[in-house]
Amino acid sequence: MTIQKDNAGSVTLVLFSGELDKAMAAFIIATSAASMGMKVNIFFTFWGLNILKKDKARFAGFNIMQRMMNFMNFGTARKLAMTKMNMAGAGPAMLKMMMGQKKVPTLPAFIKMAHEMGVKFYPCEMSMKVMGLTKEDFIDECSEVIGAVSYLSEAKDSNVNLFI
Amino acid sequence: MSELSATKELDAKGLVCPMPSVKTALALEGMKTGEVLKVITDDPVSKRDLPLWAKSTGNEVVGIEEDGTLINIYLKKIE
Repeated sequence: MTIQKDNAGSVTLVLFSGELDKAMAAFIIATSAASMGMKVNIFFTFWGLNILKKDKARFAGFNIMQRMMNFMNFGTARKLAMTKMNMAGAGPAMLKMMMGQKKVPTLPAFIKMAHEMGVKFYPCEMSMKVMGLTKEDFIDECSEVIGAVSYLSEAKDSNVNLFI
Repeated sequence: MSELSATKELDAKGLVCPMPSVKTALALEGMKTGEVLKVITDDPVSKRDLPLWAKSTGNEVVGIEEDGTLINIYLKKIE
């Protein structure tokens, strides 16, 4: 269901970080903006690509260095660290519990909801090439792979631009 | 208890930002122009946010009632 309106403006987010807390902030802004009828694009780059990864992306890569990076840097929307108080994964587990108690949706639920509201997810081509990732490593909600020029052409006409 | 009548009710109790506006947007999407949605919330921030949401989406707040900790916000679908 898309609730976009022509005159409501647009939001373009760059999600560079791959941590749970920052991703949550991005998706809260994205879903709020979408609820206001705004057009929302999220450009996922570098560590941020983890949020779009499927489980099988842990074994992605075309050479030994890419494989090592994807294995060590593994994360999906269900499994991300925090910027502070990560405590070897205990931090995110506790945060998820606390958010659940306050009926805050989980990150995968936010992703699904944002997608249903018409938010577009674009992975960055260059980071994907460097890390040896292909579109098949990402969730199905993901739109086409784009480059910095496509991002900028959206961003220059957006009303709200954030780098997270 | 209320003179305001609603076509549909949305129980948003216990929900926090951004869910009240997201659920409201989705609920209004399925309604016809002129129909009224009653949003029941216990989130004080929604009392400020939902009228702002309505203003930016071109819908209208036709009434707000407070009943203890509960806040009922009546939104009329315009667009």
